[in-house]
Amino acid sequence: MSFEPREVVAARLRVPVLVGGEGAPLVVLHHDIGNPGWIPFYDALATRHRVFVPTHPGFDGVDRPEWMRSVRELAALYRWILHELELPSPYLVGLGFGGFLAAELATLAHGTLPGLALVNPMGLKPREGEILDQFLINSEEYVSAGFCDREAYHHQFGDPPDVDQLVIWEINREMTTRVAWKPYLFDPALDPMLPGIDAPTLVVCGEKDRIVPPICARQYAERIPGARLAEIADCGHFPDLERPDELASLILGHFVG
Amino acid sequence: MHIMYFTEQPMKTYPQEEGDRLGYTALLFSNRFFDPVAGSRLYNEYIEHYQLAETVGFDGVMLNEHHNAPFCMQAKANVMASVLAHATQRLKLVLLGNPLPLAENPVRLAEELAMIDMLSKGRLVSGFVRGGGTEQIAANVNPAYNRERFDEAHDLIVRAWTQPGPFRWEGNHYHQRVVNPWAIPLQRPHPRIWIPGVSSPETIEWAAAHGYPYIVLNATIDICKRIWATYDAAAEAAGFRAGPEHRGYLIRIHCQEDAERAERNAREFMWMQGEFVGLLHPIWGAPSGYLGPKARRAMAEIRNGRRAMAGKLPFEKQAAAGSIIHGTPEQCIAQLRTLLEETRPGILSLWGNDGRVPHEDCLSCIRLLGEEVLPAVREIGEELGLAGPFDVNAPVSLAMGKPVELGAEGDHSWAE
Repeated sequence: MSFEPREVVAARLRVPVLVGGEGAPLVVLHHDIGNPGWIPFYDALATRHRVFVPTHPGFDGVDRPEWMRSVRELAALYRWILHELELPSPYLVGLGFGGFLAAELATLAHGTLPGLALVNPMGLKPREGEILDQFLINSEEYVSAGFCDREAYHHQFGDPPDVDQLVIWEINREMTTRVAWKPYLFDPALDPMLPGIDAPTLVVCGEKDRIVPPICARQYAERIPGARLAEIADCGHFPDLERPDELASLILGHFVG
Repeated sequence: MHIMYFTEQPMKTYPQEEGDRLGYTALLFSNRFFDPVAGSRLYNEYIEHYQLAETVGFDGVMLNEHHNAPFCMQAKANVMASVLAHATQRLKLVLLGNPLPLAENPVRLAEELAMIDMLSKGRLVSGFVRGGGTEQIAANVNPAYNRERFDEAHDLIVRAWTQPGPFRWEGNHYHQRVVNPWAIPLQRPHPRIWIPGVSSPETIEWAAAHGYPYIVLNATIDICKRIWATYDAAAEAAGFRAGPEHRGYLIRIHCQEDAERAERNAREFMWMQGEFVGLLHPIWGAPSGYLGPKARRAMAEIRNGRRAMAGKLPFEKQAAAGSIIHGTPEQCIAQLRTLLEETRPGILSLWGNDGRVPHEDCLSCIRLLGEEVLPAVREIGEELGLAGPFDVNAPVSLAMGKPVELGAEGDHSWAE
């Protein structure tokens, strides 16, 4: 499917956005490892939606907000980015780190989101276990830990990933450091805000996510009123890359319903 | 010339084979290998070393701190400096230094340092460092803001030392409703600040821009010369001509009457997997954001095993290059002469003992350095014109100018 690159400006930062498909607008917020480009998962969503995938400011080498120190601040900036995109009420899909971001954004956007999907979302302190600390291991170890299927990892990133890819991951680690070093990839002020989310919410967890303990998805589902929980068996942290069709069909089904 | 004694205060009883097996000796190297009985003995031995250094003629001792690693037992340089403020009478207590970005409250640091200065009757030299990469993780301080925090904490401390309180500080990383510490340094306008480092050009330029001496930590002579070129250019831009009083050099040196014993002990400088300090880990050694964007590509390659880290030079090569000196007093003096001629520092730090050198050998090394090497080095220093900051009463900094003479009791000139 064809897509087009666009760009908007918010807080003096140029924000690249990939846009494709037709239908009700849907925004995807990508992982902490960056925006991998237009992937089959977006194609699948674009069969029913006009899909917008912005690259988070500071990631993948795009303009960095030097002042930004929290994911909630990134969420506030996203309100502005969505305004510039003229998307007052998009469906919202957040992947991993993007799930954290989408949840923060949803707590700032009452009455505006027709649907929310959080996929292996970071953002809450796990009741059991810990979110895998990427800063004690290297990028390849971290990203590959997010896959059940090593083939899928190599298919997406190369075997082995080239140095340009490693540099992109390094940039993204730096931006993650800036906004989520401590507490590491969760926000104690998010949990009390979750009951205020009024968008119909689906929380998806990969059964074998080694980056975010799957219990986090259950914690979200317990706190967001009416949220549904779905599990993808034999899947890791990146179902968008590992099981794109299955994930897209769960999300599309939820948004239709 | 200002000559000081240094040791990393090694935790020499750690099981080296465990480090060899794991491939690292820092951060995640378990502290179940720390033996507090040995620790208690060693801390007290190190105090004895410093006291002997004073007796045999050193001008100062250089203290530092590191975390989560056996190569350095000092978790807080200020604690050892406080002890030495009382356990010694004459030595300058040179902290190289407090890792500023790790401080959550720089005013507290300013207070501690002021106490050390008063306890020691004005013998404090207060160096500041960024802290190594692993320290950022050990203290869990965001490495992306390391340099910003360094700059801001420095500015706040100097202001707390020199401007009467109460005042308010609303910075970028530090926010203090009331700055009004009830302890200020004895030395006016404030204790000298020296900046140690290995090579980071930003830090060298920053030190020069403030007029602070820069202490090269055991880099090769060639690297040292490059550092001086960077420093000199920045000094010129700041409006002064740098001299030996702005230059310090730390050298590993082990001296014994018996050359063979000296060499055997000097090999202990290589004790932690042949590394300088056992800290060089591809991931924790420089966590993401700790280094600038120029280093990003190299770090991405190193972290992911696409490029080797800088090789660990064997002992023989380091000794041949002059970055480890060992031998009898005569042999040490001859090598130091070359080093001084080449690097021209007004501040010299002698790193005398490391690894598992026996206590008695540490003492004999210090005694020989003090009684036989130091007088000769001072003569060489005179001959080469290597005056230190105290010799020429150098300004404390560009902004603050010359120090005020100590002893004017009840002097409140700082408040004017």
